[in-house]
Amino acid sequence: MFAGTLVFALINSSILILLALGFNLTFGISGVANFAYGALYVMSAYLSWTMLNLLHLPFWASAALSIVFAMISGALMYRFVLLRVRGQALSEVIATFGIGLSILEVFRYLGLVGFEYTLPVFWNESVMIAGAYVDIQRIVIVLIALALVLGLWLFTHFTSTGLAFRGIAQDERTALTFGIDSDRIATLSVSFGAGLAAIAATIVIPLGSIAPDEGYDVLIKALAVCIIGGLGSTGGVIVAGIIIGFAERFTDTYIGSHWTMIVSLAAILLVLAIKPSGLFGHQKELEERI
Amino acid sequence: MKKRRERIDRGIKVRSEDVYALVSWREMLYLAGPRLLPAAAFLLLPFFLGPYWQKVMISVAVFALLAISWDMLAQTGIISLGQALFFGMGAYVSGILNIYFGMPPWITIPIATVSGGAICTLILRPVLRLRGIYFSMVTLIVPLMLVRIIEATKIFGGTEGLSGMTPLPSTRVEIYLVTVVLLGVLFGLRRLMETDYGLVLKGIRDNDRSVTNAGINIYWFKTQALFIASTIGAFAGAFMTHVYMFVGMPVFALDYSILPMAAAVVGGGGTFAGATLGAVILVPMSEALRGIGGLRIVMYGLFLVVFTVAIPEGLFDYIQRKYHQMERWVEIDQ
Repeated sequence: MFAGTLVFALINSSILILLALGFNLTFGISGVANFAYGALYVMSAYLSWTMLNLLHLPFWASAALSIVFAMISGALMYRFVLLRVRGQALSEVIATFGIGLSILEVFRYLGLVGFEYTLPVFWNESVMIAGAYVDIQRIVIVLIALALVLGLWLFTHFTSTGLAFRGIAQDERTALTFGIDSDRIATLSVSFGAGLAAIAATIVIPLGSIAPDEGYDVLIKALAVCIIGGLGSTGGVIVAGIIIGFAERFTDTYIGSHWTMIVSLAAILLVLAIKPSGLFGHQKELEERI
Repeated sequence: MKKRRERIDRGIKVRSEDVYALVSWREMLYLAGPRLLPAAAFLLLPFFLGPYWQKVMISVAVFALLAISWDMLAQTGIISLGQALFFGMGAYVSGILNIYFGMPPWITIPIATVSGGAICTLILRPVLRLRGIYFSMVTLIVPLMLVRIIEATKIFGGTEGLSGMTPLPSTRVEIYLVTVVLLGVLFGLRRLMETDYGLVLKGIRDNDRSVTNAGINIYWFKTQALFIASTIGAFAGAFMTHVYMFVGMPVFALDYSILPMAAAVVGGGGTFAGATLGAVILVPMSEALRGIGGLRIVMYGLFLVVFTVAIPEGLFDYIQRKYHQMERWVEIDQ
């Protein structure tokens, strides 16, 4: 029981990390608020489903196409909406939240809810780990999450584009004087974030089914991981993912499933109230509170 | 006889935007018209509306109150993404007082208004030091969490909610109660923001550090602004509880956060009148479009995007500007 809970907590943490990575890249690392993140996740899942089931494309093709499409729509969203309110954090939030709301509610209106709306698993087998049956898909999730975190860390620390991502969050004007085209970098960051959302959807959705409500859940989970881990920190995402993942799984097992969401929400509130930049974030005291 | 065009406001606005020299009834009407007309419309309209549209009018007034409460916070530099917190708190307090303690509406509504506002202020007080987007995220999360807590602990009727509140005597009473409060809040707050007190609040929005430098305790002022705004929201909730005769988890729903924000954004922030105008436009429109169901929220979302990006000052500002630019033909003295 305990060992099984531990295994599933680890998997849950990996899922949370996977879901939060794209949001962390756009909002945490480059400071561009994209609250349509959950909607992009759901949209790419539905897109993948449509191509798979209605156009009968192979799975890898539909997954790749949906990732590309998500990246393009992220870039377009930046060019036509975010660019005009760039720098006004609250307008960015309101505008992107509005976009996300519209996308999700369109899907809700279309009524695409049910068990048939899901994506296929990679391998439909399971193995026995520590007294619990774990299907391969979940192990794949853990591995991919690890690989992506490592990739993201390398990207934001050792490539010039990645360093530029961090640069525009730290000080956009100084970044400009170093010849960083902040609009181009911000476009890329929204686009990459959307792409990571689509990757997460391709891998995580096979465990459940696609539903418009997922969009709100994903947004809140990503926010939770990102805020607790700390804005601007890739390592923080891992730690926060593990904290929330374990806390959720253990409350689910020992207290009750109603309380799982409350735990992550309470964690966000606590961290926001005590240290708004998160556990591992670079503090910008006067910008966060006064 | 040659004529030329002259701005109507030229003779009236002698020195600045708000110093006037009125010499005739006509000039007085020029200033009073835009204020009296909506007030009169709100008070007289119930006589001409059918029962269904009277209910719509109640919705308009409630959402206008929530939008004004949003605008009040926005003018202090606090952006709330969770007006549902204020609404829901007022609704639950008055529902509980009515169901568990058997108090009549004319006691529960005032108590719920004040104590609901006080509870919301106390909840948000510890995070009031947070600025901008960090505070907004807290306000987004608190109502969501309250819903889950009610669901998990099953207090106050749990997922079923409480029903069977004492209704108000008649629809007419309902309409006039909420309309009079709306007009009082609208004109009262407009006046308040013109005073030195309002100046401090606006100063906090523009540059909180320099207000601190002036030796003013901005946390105390922010707390007061939060209390004013949450009291207005709590009144809306307490009132709606007795209209619907029901209180439950939907009072913390996203609708009560999104629609007021959309109304304030569409109408334009910073004037309160803009927020009211937004509610007057959006709520009847959403009623008329009831047939499209869930797509209404899509519409609000698109409104939010279009207005924040393309018309950030809102409709009211545009109308006000055009009103002051009105011209008339005058004869040229030879």
